Amino acid sequence: MLSKSQARTFFLGGTIVTFAIFLGLSWNSLSNDVPKQTHPENLTEQVVRGKHLWESNNCMGCHTIFGEGAYYAPELTKVYERRGEAYIKAALMSKVPWAPRGRKMVAYGFTDEQATDLVEFFKWVGEVDLNGFPPKPELKR
Amino acid sequence: MKYASQKVAYWFFAAAILLLSLQIVYGLIMGFAHMGYDGLHSVIPFNTARAVHTNLLVVWILLGFMGSAYYIIPEEAQQELVNVKLAYIQLISFLLVGVAAIVGYHLNYWEGRKFLEIPRPLDWLVVINVLTFLGIILATVYKGKKRTTTSLVLTMGLVFAALLYLPGMIWFDNQTMDSFFRWWVVHLWVEGVWELIMGGILAFLLIKLTGVDREVIEKWLYVIVGLTFLSGILGTGHHYYYIGVGKIWLIVGGIFSMLEPLAFLAMALFAVGMYRKGEKKHPNKLALYWTLGTAILSFVGAGLLGMAHTLPQVNMYTHGTLVTAMHGHLAFWGAYGMIVFSFITFAMPNLTGRRLYDTTYGQLAYWLSNIGMLGMTVAFGVAGVAQVYLERKFGMEFGAVQQEIEVHFLVLVITATMFATGITFYIIEFFRFGKPTNEAIGFEETMKKSN
Ligand code: HEM
Ligand code: HEM
Ligand SMILES: [Fe+2]
Repeated sequence: MLSKSQARTFFLGGTIVTFAIFLGLSWNSLSNDVPKQTHPENLTEQVVRGKHLWESNNCMGCHTIFGEGAYYAPELTKVYERRGEAYIKAALMSKVPWAPRGRKMVAYGFTDEQATDLVEFFKWVGEVDLNGFPPKPELKR
Repeated sequence: MKYASQKVAYWFFAAAILLLSLQIVYGLIMGFAHMGYDGLHSVIPFNTARAVHTNLLVVWILLGFMGSAYYIIPEEAQQELVNVKLAYIQLISFLLVGVAAIVGYHLNYWEGRKFLEIPRPLDWLVVINVLTFLGIILATVYKGKKRTTTSLVLTMGLVFAALLYLPGMIWFDNQTMDSFFRWWVVHLWVEGVWELIMGGILAFLLIKLTGVDREVIEKWLYVIVGLTFLSGILGTGHHYYYIGVGKIWLIVGGIFSMLEPLAFLAMALFAVGMYRKGEKKHPNKLALYWTLGTAILSFVGAGLLGMAHTLPQVNMYTHGTLVTAMHGHLAFWGAYGMIVFSFITFAMPNLTGRRLYDTTYGQLAYWLSNIGMLGMTVAFGVAGVAQVYLERKFGMEFGAVQQEIEVHFLVLVITATMFATGITFYIIEFFRFGKPTNEAIGFEETMKKSN
């Protein structure tokens, strides 16, 4: 039967080996994948300001982006492609809650400049190579 | 209870269950909003309710862990806590930071990253607070007469949990990098170091409640936490499938996260096995119920329901849908909610010297809360699977799908009410015990002998 010190060796060994592999793979992702798949050269000041607005208003508290966030409002990874600039800006600049089908969004009433920053952020987000996410509906009627 | 300083645990537990009740209120607000009743929108919009709900969750679980550690460590190390006054200050300051964060969420003041919404200045206060907590625990272990495997694993979990908070505080311009390191906190917490904390608490409870030999229990504890890290560290890859990093994670994350349920399975088998083997002299039967309950439901909620959507082929469709919320609820409740409840149920008679062992309220609390939570899981699950098919497979618009699935949130609110009723019984029972007292020192041993 397994002894206590063998069990401890299993714990320490497994942890150290998998952690080392994890660090190696992470290093590889950050130095090779991120430059290829996320187009860091397109991270303009506008995009960064847009990301900051995205965070300081906790948009992730209702929406998802890259599939991460909350499940109350639509996935926004491909929103630029789906809706285009004018629609997005109308939703963001509205002074009354934007509420398609009755479900309300917070009425942020952003300025034109802020709304443009967010649109630029969505444009950048939409161009990231996500290994095929979000899936294309395959059984469309 | 053997040491007077263990009494501080009581106040951590009281704070934890009060914050849980507040968490439930905000959960119900969101449940109604999903059903189409968002009357509170102008005061508490959904994102506020959600940040409050999930942050209160994390805070009350952490309070539960801290309280358990303040109870366990003195008994394992055979040493009073080195500084009790500091422990009280640590509790109060932790609560103040929590309150400040929650008030901020109502005023649109936050960092807006899922689960890590706490704004940066408050992050630093959390860091100082947790360092204080760890200081007290480590100094007590260091000064103590004994260093047991149980206390070692528990302390290791707590120290790693604190360290892993830091990657979540790095600022990135790139959303992919942001997400990459957010998972070092969120995933490596719940599928890594928190399992060490859970394992440590579980081992302590099983030693006390079943009377099985410590050497046997602690051997299995190493096996369990070994399985946890072996699968869980590389299992982080299941969050890297679709965030803008390479396809290698589809393979690594897929394989290793499929192995993660093994640790939870081992925990369930271990708890049931020790229960069978034990002499069952301990009078606190309800604590044993909770302990076996957490071992089993964590396997269902985290293990099985996690496995259900962890393969990349499945996750492509379920990623970021209500399926995730289904798993999140039963995993958090089954593993971390219930281990904290197990410990509180075990500790209350020992802290207060009251013999409220197998009461009706205690039974009602156990069954109503757990059946209620299972019902909620089904409601989220049905809504989630419907969403996946309608939205991701058939290409229906998000809003139209949400209207289709509103009815499942009626089921959610009903079962959540059942859950909340169970918690209410638990809280009433908690306060019936009264305050902790020094007269309770040695109470547990006396009760065990007379049984
Ligand atoms: C007690 C342990 C666990 C807890 C508390 C837990 C909780 C959660 C939570 C809260 C999320 C949502 C996170 C977010 O979007 O920020 C999540 C996601 C996920 N969990 Fe777990 N989990 C646990 C264990 C597991 C295990 C063992 C597996 C796999 C076997 C698993 C598989 C997943 C997957 C695949 C996702 C991503 C869902 C998505 O793509 O939207 N979890 N978990
Ligand atoms: C009365 C009880 C509860 C109700 C009605 C409720 C309802 C909800 C709702 C509606 C959401 C948001 C889903 C979305 O983003 O659209 C949510 C999120 C969440 N709740 Fe609860 N909840 C309750 C209790 C609990 C408890 C007891 C726990 C843990 C022990 C918990 C853990 C979570 C977690 C981890 C999330 C985030 C899930 C994710 O992002 O995948 N909730 N809850
Ligand atoms: Fe995970």
